Amino acid sequence: MTPASPSHAGVRLHIVTGKGGTGKTTVAAALALALARQGKRVLLAEVEERQGISQTFDVPPLGHEETRIVHERGGGELYGMSVDVRESLMDYLQKFYKLGRAGTVLEKAGAVDFATTVAPGLRDVLLIGKVYEAAGRRHTGRHHDRGGPAYDAVVLDAPPTGRVVRFLNVNAEVADVAKVGPIRTQADSITRMLRSHTTAVHVVSLLEEMPVQETVDALADLTAASLPLGAIVINQVHAPLLEEAELASVASDPDDVAAAVTADLKSVSVRTSAAMVAGLLEQAAEHADRVALQQEQEAILLDQGRQVYRLPLLPEGTDTGGIRVLADALTEQGMI
Amino acid sequence: MAAANAKDTRTKLDLDALLHDPQTRIIVCCGAGGVGKTTVAAALGLRGAELGRRVVVLTIDPARRLAQSLGLSELDNTPRPVVGFDTTSGGSLDAMMLDMKRTFDEVVEAHATPEKAEQILANPFYEAVSSSFAGTQEYMAMEKLGQLRTRAAKDDTWDLIVVDTPPSRSALDFLDAPKRLGSFLDGRFIRLLMAPAKAGGRAYLKVFSTGVNMATTVMSKILGGQVLQDAQTFVAALDTMFGGFRERADKTYALLKNPETAFVVVAAPERDALREASFFVDRLDEEGMPLAGVVVNRIQRLAAPTLSGARALAAAEQLAESASSETAPLTEGLLRLHANLAKTAERQEGLALRFTAGHPGIPVVEVPAAAQDIHDLEGLREVGQALTAP
Repeated sequence: MTPASPSHAGVRLHIVTGKGGTGKTTVAAALALALARQGKRVLLAEVEERQGISQTFDVPPLGHEETRIVHERGGGELYGMSVDVRESLMDYLQKFYKLGRAGTVLEKAGAVDFATTVAPGLRDVLLIGKVYEAAGRRHTGRHHDRGGPAYDAVVLDAPPTGRVVRFLNVNAEVADVAKVGPIRTQADSITRMLRSHTTAVHVVSLLEEMPVQETVDALADLTAASLPLGAIVINQVHAPLLEEAELASVASDPDDVAAAVTADLKSVSVRTSAAMVAGLLEQAAEHADRVALQQEQEAILLDQGRQVYRLPLLPEGTDTGGIRVLADALTEQGMI
Repeated sequence: MAAANAKDTRTKLDLDALLHDPQTRIIVCCGAGGVGKTTVAAALGLRGAELGRRVVVLTIDPARRLAQSLGLSELDNTPRPVVGFDTTSGGSLDAMMLDMKRTFDEVVEAHATPEKAEQILANPFYEAVSSSFAGTQEYMAMEKLGQLRTRAAKDDTWDLIVVDTPPSRSALDFLDAPKRLGSFLDGRFIRLLMAPAKAGGRAYLKVFSTGVNMATTVMSKILGGQVLQDAQTFVAALDTMFGGFRERADKTYALLKNPETAFVVVAAPERDALREASFFVDRLDEEGMPLAGVVVNRIQRLAAPTLSGARALAAAEQLAESASSETAPLTEGLLRLHANLAKTAERQEGLALRFTAGHPGIPVVEVPAAAQDIHDLEGLREVGQALTAP
């Protein structure tokens, strides 16, 4: 399963969304790590102050500063940041208005709270504005890559499917409150980048009813908002450990199967009991139900006309080397 | 096994006792997104009704099939009777889905004069605040809960309200939202925006007011003058009903502290969900809010617990080598499946134990993972049974 060229080779901004609980942070982390393992300089950003990145990589909490969290032997580097809306506003004021002191005054007067709460669109413009700035930033430091992009790729752990379109659709949001002015201009440039072919919005799903439904809805909403769709990443796929024919035989002839399984177990000196064998078969039946449900849901996702990548359910969890396993799975399947 | 010994020290959460207790008038199901709170809320509602309670379930964003299983086909912000459950104990069950925007509109209409209300509803900021203000959904869930409680007390329609909480970024948002909205409306900048003349009149505020003037100048520079004017109009209009807002938020908050309320924290046996649950449990404790206990949902159970995962894996490998019989591949598959399940179960059990160790004395109930989604009342009833299994 290794396509000739990766499907998202030209993408520089990967936006990862998904229903809550589907593991979108894990997938964003795996994608960022996969890119870094190819020798790239990658930024992984989160915008909801959850500290999901630091927890995933087991590093100290991240702030508004871009901090290196992984250095790959091949030269790849992964930076992480947790975008802070106040800091973003201050950055913005400094950059466009050189308002060092006024920023503090605004903060004291409660204007920052005001600006970032009463106009949620503004909040999103600021958060995504920071990501936009990082994605478009040029190298100023080292000689040989001076002028080149500071990051080869940026991965954004975006808000969940329910909020992501509103979050990314900054133009429409700002249109409600600001028809002209600098914020509007900023929103326009962000939108241009978001809608370009260097951006892809990937949706993470599980093979369960509600995440699949939300994925389908999100794809439609993203399309309607002219945002460039990326892949569907199916997370936590239960590997089908039993062939369909085997599962069918368990269902059709439980007594005969139980006797045969007992004999097999005895042949490798496993101490058996009727209850244990019945338990194994019950687990197989549940597994069959789950596989059937997965297939039903998977068919819906395959019908969406997007590239689909699958990440296995890791029984040991994603605490330790799990992210690396998932990163390799994405590379092997040719996502990047 | 060490795990089994440690388990004995846990207090079991008895949800049937909670449902039976006539003193329990409100059950709030909370937890991180994707842990199954809505299903737990619906299942508790159904079980309560079948035990003879007159229940109303307030769901926030139910899965389509779950909504259908409750007979909810539209989001119309009104409780609708659920049919097809066992009514022999004399219980009743109503269910509704929260419509955040409509609830907000109703609050505005109820607290402002008709022309003021019209002014607010037409303001561009209202659109933004009512549909996407961080915490609006939480605030409106609280508002709806307050309304249902008032109605229940007035005409004795319901004796138990089960509330699902919004799929927030953090489970804590539910508790913080009303305060946040209150403090936002109470914010200095807002006060000053509304009454620049008043503020300027006082000497001690003069210095500060210079700052505010500068702030407003900068704000209008960034946002454009029209924006600031819209904001001023909006805030001024909202201010007339501000007292009502605050008062109601405080009232609902007080209601949540009342012993008639029981919080049920729902978590999945995953690191992040349990961490959220941990924060929430600590927070409820700090606020003096009545926590009934924690539901660890969708835990992996083994149907063949006597066989260890390691042994199963070793046997599977042996079988793969020998391939002694026709059914050997099947048996090998059964063993590998078991080894996987055992690994998951062990990890989840470890996480659950760590959680209990960090929160001694907090009642916990573990609910096995179902292989299928909930389609109907029968499925919901099974969840209810699992929640209350002895």
